[in-house]
Amino acid sequence: MSDLRDLYQEVILDHGKNPRNFRKLEDADHQAEGNNPLCGDRINLYLKMDGEVITDIGFQGRGCAISTASASMMTESVKGKTRAEVEALFQRFHELVTGEAEAPPGAPELGKLTVFAGVRDYPIRVKCATLPWHTLRAALEEKREPVSTE
Amino acid sequence: MLDVQAIRKDFDILGREMRGKPLVYLDNAATTQKPRVVIEALVEYYQNYNANIHRGIYYLSELATEKYEHVREKTARFIGAPDPATIIFTRNATEAINLVAYAWGRQYIEPGDEIVLTEMEHHSNLVPWQLLAQEKGARLRHIGITEDGRLALDDLDEIITERTKLLSITRMSNVLGTINPVKPLIDRAHAKGAVCLIDGAQGVPHLPTRVLELDCDFLAFSAHKMLGPTGVGVLYGKREWLERMPPFLGGGDMISRVWLDRATWNKLPWKYEAGTPNIADVIAFGAALDYLEQIGMEAVQAHERELTAYALEQLSRVPGIRIFGPRHVEHRGGVISFDLEGIHPHDIGQLLDAEGVAIRAGHHCCQPLMERLDVSATARASFYIYNTEEEVDRLVAAVRKVERVFSRAVS
Repeated sequence: MSDLRDLYQEVILDHGKNPRNFRKLEDADHQAEGNNPLCGDRINLYLKMDGEVITDIGFQGRGCAISTASASMMTESVKGKTRAEVEALFQRFHELVTGEAEAPPGAPELGKLTVFAGVRDYPIRVKCATLPWHTLRAALEEKREPVSTE
Repeated sequence: MLDVQAIRKDFDILGREMRGKPLVYLDNAATTQKPRVVIEALVEYYQNYNANIHRGIYYLSELATEKYEHVREKTARFIGAPDPATIIFTRNATEAINLVAYAWGRQYIEPGDEIVLTEMEHHSNLVPWQLLAQEKGARLRHIGITEDGRLALDDLDEIITERTKLLSITRMSNVLGTINPVKPLIDRAHAKGAVCLIDGAQGVPHLPTRVLELDCDFLAFSAHKMLGPTGVGVLYGKREWLERMPPFLGGGDMISRVWLDRATWNKLPWKYEAGTPNIADVIAFGAALDYLEQIGMEAVQAHERELTAYALEQLSRVPGIRIFGPRHVEHRGGVISFDLEGIHPHDIGQLLDAEGVAIRAGHHCCQPLMERLDVSATARASFYIYNTEEEVDRLVAAVRKVERVFSRAVS
């Protein structure tokens, strides 16, 4: 299973098992729902904003280790960031997991998120890794319709 | 007993590797592999007698027509239908069910009528009836399932009533492996005057099928789940219904005479086969039917039952595993859905893939059943004639490995 260690890194397994910010924000001012019909994953995302800045974020739902870890680590990465910063980060993350761009050495903006680089070798799992981000974007845009990765 | 080693030699793909390990193919409920004779039949058609059927007045067209129609006879024999004209070729089982929903349903379903399905149906035996019910103002009823994944038959008298116009159920669940008692249900529905369709997509490839004994009005199944190529489905229908129903798709071949403003219909079975059919794949399906007939469906079922019993026993010892569906192997076919506590089936599938073991992970086109089971997905292993106990051992070892990899992460 040596190749798979790239995909299932310890930190991903850890966040998959023990997701951070795994809670509903009762006073959320933005929220969105995301679905991955392929595997039945669902995520509900809750945001609290102060102007352009995300001040708090939580999520609930059920998904595979990749999508749960991605959601967990995303919540840690975007707290305190502005919409524009989040959008830029998503772009970088998307490039990372689809293999469109090699992660630059150290990948400063992505930080810990570079552990998801292994996803690029498993195209079907890209949707798992990006579902939380698509859902975050929908929450920021205040979309009413649930997001689907299909 | 099957000579599995001899059978395996007929499937070149079973000799290949996946992710650097010998392939263990356990996704047969999705599609089976094809023996060499089926692939050769495809090639032979295209290389030696490729021509359109039913209209050429030249030798190649006559030959293609004869081979195509001969498969209709084989198909009829395979399911015990006395009249080949009651066999309609479609694209797949889904299209066969839709054919009934459109042609029969739109003629005979009226507002207030009830259509009885079950909670374990595949989307292909749910959605066509939802569309029909919405259009006609009919009502859908569903037979529930028990904790061990069998049909809950206690309140059947309330579900199958004089209002029931159609009973449409699967012979075997593609998720739970449950083999349903379709015969008594058909008898019960008939007693109330209802029409009965059996979704045989899983049943026909794995169990002996006799339509006259079942007495179903319609039976739908797919070639690619029984060694045949993709792109071929079968609808069997009782002649009385096929004669009375309007056509499904309009076009060439399904007509008798056409004027600018109207047309009359061809005889059975061509009334339901508009346009050039899937000639090559139907002909290759004939080779698949020959292959299965030579083995015998009783032997197919016996082999799968033995393998399933072994797999159930071995898998049940894996820590944290939960196996869905009937506990006793006499109530189930060669399909085993399972999950591991705290591990998503997608992750199970991914890790098994790395071990060369191909299984399915997901909702298996049964989202309502997933809701009923209160899971988002299951992992599913499904067997066929070429699978062995050694492959089950590889599956079990891989599942144990998944459990170990993920238990590392428990902090």
